[in-house]
Amino acid sequence: MFDIQKVRADFPILSQKVNGKPLVYFDNGATSQKPQVVIDAISKYYSEINANIHRGVHTLSQLATDAYEESRLKIQKHINAQFSHEVLFTAGTTHGINLVANGFASILKPGDEVLVSALEHHSNIVPWQMLCEKTGAILKVIPMNLEGELIQSEYDKLLSDKTKIVTVNHISNALGTINPIREMIAKARKFDAAILIDGAQATPHLKPDVQDLDCDFYVFSGHKICAPTGTGILYGKEAWLNKLPPYQGGGEMIKEVTFEKTTYAELPHKFEAGTPNISGGIVLGVAIDYMNEVGFENIQKQEKMLLEYATKKLLEIQGLKIYGTSSQKTSVVSFNIEGIHPYDIGTIIDKKGIAVRTGHHCAQPIMSFFQIPGTIRASFSFYNTTEEIDLMVDAIKKAQAMLS
Amino acid sequence: MTIQAIQEEIIDEFSMFDDWDERFQYVIDLGKSLPLVDDQFKTDDNIIKGCQSKVWLHAEENDGNLVFTADSDAIITKGIIAVLIRTFSNQKPKDILEADTSFIDQIGLKEQLSPTRANGLVSMIKQIKLYALGFEAKNN
Repeated sequence: MFDIQKVRADFPILSQKVNGKPLVYFDNGATSQKPQVVIDAISKYYSEINANIHRGVHTLSQLATDAYEESRLKIQKHINAQFSHEVLFTAGTTHGINLVANGFASILKPGDEVLVSALEHHSNIVPWQMLCEKTGAILKVIPMNLEGELIQSEYDKLLSDKTKIVTVNHISNALGTINPIREMIAKARKFDAAILIDGAQATPHLKPDVQDLDCDFYVFSGHKICAPTGTGILYGKEAWLNKLPPYQGGGEMIKEVTFEKTTYAELPHKFEAGTPNISGGIVLGVAIDYMNEVGFENIQKQEKMLLEYATKKLLEIQGLKIYGTSSQKTSVVSFNIEGIHPYDIGTIIDKKGIAVRTGHHCAQPIMSFFQIPGTIRASFSFYNTTEEIDLMVDAIKKAQAMLS
Repeated sequence: MTIQAIQEEIIDEFSMFDDWDERFQYVIDLGKSLPLVDDQFKTDDNIIKGCQSKVWLHAEENDGNLVFTADSDAIITKGIIAVLIRTFSNQKPKDILEADTSFIDQIGLKEQLSPTRANGLVSMIKQIKLYALGFEAKNN
């Protein structure tokens, strides 16, 4: 049974006041808030078992290593990876994408093609541009339509034997569009192209099944799913992870080092050089447990209700236009009000305790497509309520009156 | 009027407001009344791109003083620009270089000049100072 008040009580920050007003936190797309169990787990780690992992024979090191590896197993189960060594701890989505893009530098040849989509966050564009500059490969872009959906017939046309990797987000951060990645992955398969899915905006709302999807790589961040910042996961198929060269050299990732030659450790350690974010990795497992306890069915139900309510209420505001109107959408509403700059709205409603994101959302190509400087983005989480949406709508109306 | 005298005048004006609503409304009204930069000067050379809003800044010399006109696509940014232009425009380059912007704290708009705000205002002040530095160097 989903009890919203009980869930809200799990998040101490939600009872805070901001600018003298109760906090209404609608910037979940940027980062989620953290439940008490997560906050406690960080403290527990440092109070009870802090030690470096994978190298000490002493008890604490063993305890920390066990907790870290146990967390990896939890995440393996959560995303249904075939092997736990396909689950790599990273610092976040950006780190995961860079790791893969960097690895492809040794694979791509001039004239090879990399497909990205028009809906990507900068972090799923720039690493591939850098890769193309390095290798002479060509970056091609899957275009979108006015609803903010990728045009599948154009994707079909872009795919060819030259395509070596397709990289696309599961859900768009700026517009909330859920991309048909299952179909897109299947199409890439026909051309023997690898496919990476940026799951940063999807994992807060759903449980990806990487085997069922059949993607080669799936990346996501911990901080958007109730875990601390600086945590994340790169899932990679075993064969690909064996094929890619290591990303960073250092301790932990080696088998044997001499000045003549170093041999690398087995997966996953090959890609986990240096002392990792041990507490973060452990607590990511705690956060995933928490999300599963709340239940993704409940999460989706609550968020769908919030999306529908917010869309209806916002559209009652005169001159308000929503960007991203796909029928396949997550709980994100990106909008503008005619004649008013998003920054002005964001600034005024912040004074009323409402936290939304304004600007280009690290997705400038999307803003260029719509020919706007940015949008106001309200992104809802399962712990948000319709009462909070009412407060936001009232604040926007007030801002509109002040600004026009 | 000296820069300091103008700033004191502004602090005095803002002290009339009891809450942020009134303060922001005043800033918005100032933004609406700000003389715009002539379109011919709204060039890419004069643009300061913040992450959140854009600012255009144009400088001219007039009888040893620097005259600034500016514009922004966001009205609150424009309002703050109006306040800044009022203090910095029509002043001697040397005085502009010596002036500070701490009066913004006193009128309750400190966060608008925070570098992390990325609205282009911090870069605008930097640019105003650079103009002042350039004109000062040229005239010496």
